[in-house]
Amino acid sequence: MKVSDLVEKLELEVYSGENGLSNLVTGGYTSDLLSDVMGHASENQVWITLQTHKNVMAVASLKDLAAVILVKGFKPDADMEAESNTHNIPVLGTKQEAFEISGKLYGIIGKF
Amino acid sequence: MDFKYTIEGGDFSRAGHASSDVKKLLKQLNIDNQLIKRIVVALYEAEVNIVAHAKNGVIDVSILPDQVFIKLTDQGPGIKDINLAMQEGYSTASQKVREMGFGAGMGLPNMKKNADKLNIESTPGVGTTVELTTFIQ
Repeated sequence: MKVSDLVEKLELEVYSGENGLSNLVTGGYTSDLLSDVMGHASENQVWITLQTHKNVMAVASLKDLAAVILVKGFKPDADMEAESNTHNIPVLGTKQEAFEISGKLYGIIGKF
Repeated sequence: MDFKYTIEGGDFSRAGHASSDVKKLLKQLNIDNQLIKRIVVALYEAEVNIVAHAKNGVIDVSILPDQVFIKLTDQGPGIKDINLAMQEGYSTASQKVREMGFGAGMGLPNMKKNADKLNIESTPGVGTTVELTTFIQ
C-alpha cells in the first residue's frame, strides 16, 4: 500500500512532502516520544504523533519512515514542512485523535 | 576513513544533521543496511544528548575494515551517576526539551541496545565522552 492510498482511505490532509506520496507503507507506529520512535519504529511505517517540529522529520528520515500523520488538527511548523519536502516524507493531518486514527490504520494494514 | 562534526549545545534545529550525514556515508560505503540502522539509532541519541545537555561537542567517526568507531566528546555538565543514567526512564532533561518529545530517559538504553560496545566516561562539571563501536561482519 502507498501513502496516497492512506490519504484517500483515511481522508487525510496533505501538508507537505508530496513527492513521497508513492512511498510504500507496511505498518504504523504511534508515539510522541522521539527516542521511542528511534528505538522501536521500523522502515516504511507511518508515524502518528502530535509533535509538529522539524526534529520529527530528522527522526522520520533516519528511520526511513513512509509518512507522518499529525493528529487532532495539529499543523506542521514551517521548518517541519521544509524538512518533509527535502526528505520526500509526507506530513499528513487528521482532526481525529491518535487512538482513533491508529485504530483505522490498523484496520487497513494491520501490524507488521 | 575519518570524519569530524562539531555540535552546538542547545541548537535543536540542527540536531540529527551529523547522524544523517553519517548514514549517507555508510550507505555509499555499502555497509549492511541493518548495521546502518543500528549505528544511526545509537549515534542520533548521542548527538541529541550533546544538543540537549552540553555546551558543545565533537563527533569523530572512524570507518575501519572491521568496525565503525564513533567517539563523541562534549564540554558540559557531565553525568554524576552513569549507572543511574543508564536506567530506562531516568532523565535530567529540561521541561522545554521534554515537551518536544525528547528527554524520556530512553537515549542511553537505545545506545546500549544498538551499539556492540558502549563506553561512557564522564567528569561532572567538565564533560562526557561516549564511544560507540559497531563491528562489521
